Amino acid sequence: MSMVVNKKLKKRIRIDVDKCNGCRACEMICSAFHATPKYSSNNPERSRIRVMFEPLRNIYVPVYAGEYTASECMGKNEYVIDGKKYDDCGFCRAACPSRTLFHEPDSGLPLKCDMCEDNPPDEEPLCVQWCITDALVYEEYEGEETEEDVKIADVDISMEEMVAKYGLQKVLETVARMAQKG
Amino acid sequence: MRYAETGYNLEIDLTRGNIERVETDPKLAELHLGGLATTAKILWDRVPPETEPFSPNNPLIFSTGLLCGTPATGANRTIVATVSPQTLLMGYSMMGGFFAPELKYAGYDKIIFRGKSPDLVYIYISNDKVEIRDASHLKGKGAVETVDIIQQELNDPKVQVAAIGLAGENRVYMASIEHGRSSASRLGIGAVMGDKGIKAVAVRGTKDINVARPAEFYKLCNDVLKYIQFRDDHPVPGVMPILQGLGSPQEMKHVDEAWHTQNFMWGNSRVRKRDYWTPEVEEKWRGTQESVRKRLISCYNCPMKCGAVISVPGLSTYMMKCFSKLTYTMAAFADLDFGFRIAQRATEYGVDGFSTPQVMAFAVELYENGILTDADLEGCPADNEGRFYWLLDRIVRREGIGDVLANGTYWAAQHIGKGAEEFAHNNIKKHEQLPLKLGMLNPVYYLMYCTGEKANITQIEGQFPQSPFPTMAEREEFVKDWIQVPDEKFKQYLLGWELRGERSNPYYPTIDMSVDIVDWQEKMHYIDDAVGMCAGLSSFPLKPPYHIHNYPAIISAATGLEMNEDKLTEIYNRNRNLIRAFNVRRGLRRADEKPPEDHWKNRFPELEEKLLDAYYKFKGWDNDGIPTKETLQRLDLGYVAEDLEQRGIIK
Repeated sequence: MSMVVNKKLKKRIRIDVDKCNGCRACEMICSAFHATPKYSSNNPERSRIRVMFEPLRNIYVPVYAGEYTASECMGKNEYVIDGKKYDDCGFCRAACPSRTLFHEPDSGLPLKCDMCEDNPPDEEPLCVQWCITDALVYEEYEGEETEEDVKIADVDISMEEMVAKYGLQKVLETVARMAQKG
Repeated sequence: MRYAETGYNLEIDLTRGNIERVETDPKLAELHLGGLATTAKILWDRVPPETEPFSPNNPLIFSTGLLCGTPATGANRTIVATVSPQTLLMGYSMMGGFFAPELKYAGYDKIIFRGKSPDLVYIYISNDKVEIRDASHLKGKGAVETVDIIQQELNDPKVQVAAIGLAGENRVYMASIEHGRSSASRLGIGAVMGDKGIKAVAVRGTKDINVARPAEFYKLCNDVLKYIQFRDDHPVPGVMPILQGLGSPQEMKHVDEAWHTQNFMWGNSRVRKRDYWTPEVEEKWRGTQESVRKRLISCYNCPMKCGAVISVPGLSTYMMKCFSKLTYTMAAFADLDFGFRIAQRATEYGVDGFSTPQVMAFAVELYENGILTDADLEGCPADNEGRFYWLLDRIVRREGIGDVLANGTYWAAQHIGKGAEEFAHNNIKKHEQLPLKLGMLNPVYYLMYCTGEKANITQIEGQFPQSPFPTMAEREEFVKDWIQVPDEKFKQYLLGWELRGERSNPYYPTIDMSVDIVDWQEKMHYIDDAVGMCAGLSSFPLKPPYHIHNYPAIISAATGLEMNEDKLTEIYNRNRNLIRAFNVRRGLRRADEKPPEDHWKNRFPELEEKLLDAYYKFKGWDNDGIPTKETLQRLDLGYVAEDLEQRGIIK
């Protein structure tokens, strides 16, 4: 399988933890922006950004909700920065089953940062606008995005393996069922 | 649906262990808004004047403000109210932090405690689940330490905790309720919490707070935030650094303490050190402050960084804000390093950083004047810093002389006698004041000191400058973008105010002007306290983002209530009179409304009487400071008038 590299304008939020004052305005405005109708309600638990903070250990880390993951990690890391220990869940962006973070409090559905994309274009995400201490800074940059160049020959090889394992009839039935579901 | 407020209070009877979630009357928001005002309403309805502070019938109320939990920047105050053991009047103290918004998200506007728990407990509130939990393992623990232990045992770092330390457990009259970087410190409410057997209240909430007109409300909040940014970029010129910007005085940020150290009093509010601040001192203090300050921090949804994480080598980390940085230092004639060190212990004990240092300095003075003896201070070190630590330890444990001092300077002096009363010289309504002694009477401050219901100047003073600008050019510059004034006449008052001559203190601002100015300052504080807004973004600093012209729209968009400046002013007057009536019913009269005798060197008894007469008249009160029947009836407080009439207070 070969890779194709494309240039693409990407968005990101740079987080300067040294500037975070722990006010959680980012959580507040995120939850308000994503309410329906917009700004009609407010609840940090629905926010797609959360500030992990432990004041007595001087830990202030804003973390954005990333991809949903269906299972929790097998092994966990521990980071030591400046003599302080951090559990890697503290930095993890995933909505995962092992913690309540980044799940809708009512439905349990996972939350993910969308950079406030349905805001008028050219606007910064709301959390960045409301972080006037500049701990959160919006950046657009030209990033490289790799795309798998899928070749039919590769698909053939995969299918042959499936047929060898399950039999042609079973694979056909499965494909038909998946096609029906859309 | 209820907007901005949740519409529910939590009623917890500690004697019986009963917990109820009670729907509130929506009409109350229309009449009072919420926060301090609806809390005062509960106290008025439930607390007859004979109720003692340590009676099981004295409620302890934790209240959010009407706008807490909404996107309104800075609406994060928790108001805690009860009958004060020190003043025997309504005691209310407010704290920032994260408690009030979390309580709102848990689905409650207030927690109302009554009764007493036989054993030490803590309350755990997680949305609809409310538990009274055993706290025997927390007995004697520090207030900061307690938060940590509770968060760990609940396995939830997001739980918000308000806790008392040893001082509260031992009913010390200066006991505070500590909550991270904030505390509700004044008037002994921590003592009432300890008396009820509550070590801590822990809250976690994951519910929504709704607003009535979202798009409009969001825009108004955004305008406020923009103005905060504008003010950050445009400090007010011609005033000292801590008054130039917004927020509480930025004590954690600024090192320059020339003004406080040279104008405020040292010791038991006695000595002014006019030449204290030298380059050497500044360098030393800068070293101290920058080495212990780990980060500047904020309260919920507010960009102002009024607090700091403080980590002194060898001591556990704590958080500090504002003026407690200097109160211990100056009371003990020590330096900043001592201040940061003893404040760590004081914060864990949970004591008020205003009153406590003064009580200790008062004890030292009594000893130096032979009123307290070696027998009273047996075992006390001879050096001043050592004495302060020793006294602090005795006070919070109520050991020996500490048991007497634990009631504050007023009550301690009454108990000690032998002329000790002369040394309890810095009180209003039995409560210790800022260590400030000045020359010329300022008529505006005279009125605020006398009549403030909280007996604390910082909770009534505000955005009218404390002294005139020397030149007309500076005054004109100041009034140019002074959009916050309720009326253009206030600009004229300021323009006409001179440092010397006929139009200077004490006769200018004139009596009528002074009353007007005080009314404006009070109005903003009362609105803030009802909506849960931090005074640091509204009633306290010069040119704040919230003011009488934008508040009505903000409150209306959040709540759906119809609101305008007149209506809001009427609500303020209603709330002001309700709290006054509560205190009047408990015996407050004109005779109690006095600043400390030595607060100003130059006093003007005749003028002072006239000022008080005019203020009472303006408020619709009689000459003894009692609201008249007509005033109360006009403000829909007929039931208050009736009660006061039945008791023979209104004749």
